[in-house]
Amino acid sequence: MSTRQDRRVRFASRAVQFGFLVGLMALWYLGTAYWGVSHLLLPNPVKVWHELKDVLSTGEYLPDLQVTLTELAIAFAISCTSGVTLGYLISRSPYMIKVFEPLLAGIYSVPIILLLPLYVLFFGLGPGSKIAIGTTISFFPIVLNTIAGFGYVDRIFIVAARSMGASDLQMFRYVLLPAALPVILTGLRIGFIIALLSILGSETIASLAGLGHKIVHLAEGMETARMFAYIAFVVAIAATLNTIASALERRAQRQ
Amino acid sequence: MNRHGPIPPIGTSGLPFQAARPHLSSARIKKLLLGHPALARILVIIALFLLWEGAARWWVDPIFLSPPSQVLTSLDTVFETRGVPAALRVTFWELAVAFAMSVVIGLVVGLAVGLSKFSYRSCMPIILLLYGTPQVTILPLFILYFGIGPASKIAFGVSHGVFPIIVTTVAGVQNIKPILMTAARSMGASHWQLFRWVIFPHMIPSFFAGMRLGMTGVLLGVLLAELYVSTAGIGYFTQMFTQNFDPTKLLGLISVLAAMAIILNEIVRRAEVYFARWRMD
Repeated sequence: MSTRQDRRVRFASRAVQFGFLVGLMALWYLGTAYWGVSHLLLPNPVKVWHELKDVLSTGEYLPDLQVTLTELAIAFAISCTSGVTLGYLISRSPYMIKVFEPLLAGIYSVPIILLLPLYVLFFGLGPGSKIAIGTTISFFPIVLNTIAGFGYVDRIFIVAARSMGASDLQMFRYVLLPAALPVILTGLRIGFIIALLSILGSETIASLAGLGHKIVHLAEGMETARMFAYIAFVVAIAATLNTIASALERRAQRQ
Repeated sequence: MNRHGPIPPIGTSGLPFQAARPHLSSARIKKLLLGHPALARILVIIALFLLWEGAARWWVDPIFLSPPSQVLTSLDTVFETRGVPAALRVTFWELAVAFAMSVVIGLVVGLAVGLSKFSYRSCMPIILLLYGTPQVTILPLFILYFGIGPASKIAFGVSHGVFPIIVTTVAGVQNIKPILMTAARSMGASHWQLFRWVIFPHMIPSFFAGMRLGMTGVLLGVLLAELYVSTAGIGYFTQMFTQNFDPTKLLGLISVLAAMAIILNEIVRRAEVYFARWRMD
């Protein structure tokens, strides 16, 4: 395919994407403004925009954002520490890997969100149950990737370093860690994202504060326009955190 | 004859006992465990259950946690609770319908997007964007549009399950070597023959991998929506047991659901292994 034709195809596909977005917005606007779609089900986009500006300028999102981010930080800190430590300890012997890896992978395949009612029973409706569910869910990808990272380092590197007289510390610093880091970082990113999602989800299901709780609160109050504004805000926050996590991962992997 | 005392009955003398003893010696057990990691895994699971049992019996308040033995023995009371069997049926039904819809929609969209370069370029970024959006934030919207009945659970499950299937189907279609397509076409294969004999067999492994991911997504979506609001499904009962501080029944119900999830996952995983077998060589 010639480059000129290639460029034309690329332009056309960009046009389709752009057209899709514009069409969606136009449909949304026309539907709410002229075709009489109930504004309780679908608010007018202009109104949503005003609500979003209002939410951002008054700063009323701050307490909820703070609650959610604190929960996320604590949950991720716990799962990060315990996941990497346990993963490293397990990865030290092939036998331990054989014993524990299928066990952890098996538990990971069960939808852990099922534990949420139990955690609400244990830790109450407050941040405790959210931290617990976020920790539990993000623990598994982190520990599994840590095992995969440390456990499957090429034997040749280890043997070579040993035969050249590397100490345990040197072995860890110069052989194991550089080999394992990319895989572990991927695990950390996945863990971070699903911790965020599960915390938002559990706030939606049962909570007293937080962004998920705010959305539900507005939905129950039938303030749909403001709810759409909040949804857009939360999606933007999630996308930002996702982008930051991916960028950090890529940057650390390049070194 | 009696110089050495009475003849001991068989099995109590030193020698035969010594012969039987190595079965129990710690070195033998160690060797057995080292040879069979699966056995050690089962022991770890048993140890965890014993820990849970001990914790529930002696340390933790019984209104929060009940021992696994009690959960197991009172499983029948969970099923006897009025409405629970019907709720499990409803939830299972929601899972099945959501999964079937995800597979059909995912397959059709995946093929449509993956088979043409133009549609791949145009639609794939949109699909990946939607896939990356946290759907859990719009859970209240699903309830608003589809009501609090099974429809909203099915819709939410589909929204979680359909994207991995689309993405893997597209990847599977894209991975076909162009030479195979060209060869089949130059030998005069019709569109249908091309699909049946070239595209379809190549797509199968990644399609089943997608089905496994889709099943995980559907389980997550349906259970999230169930826990959020429910009138007839299991979400209603988990909430009731939580509010009544009845951990025995709650744990029983969670175990039943976890078993259901494991079985569904395992079925899809087995299917994946079975259909990917032709590539194994």
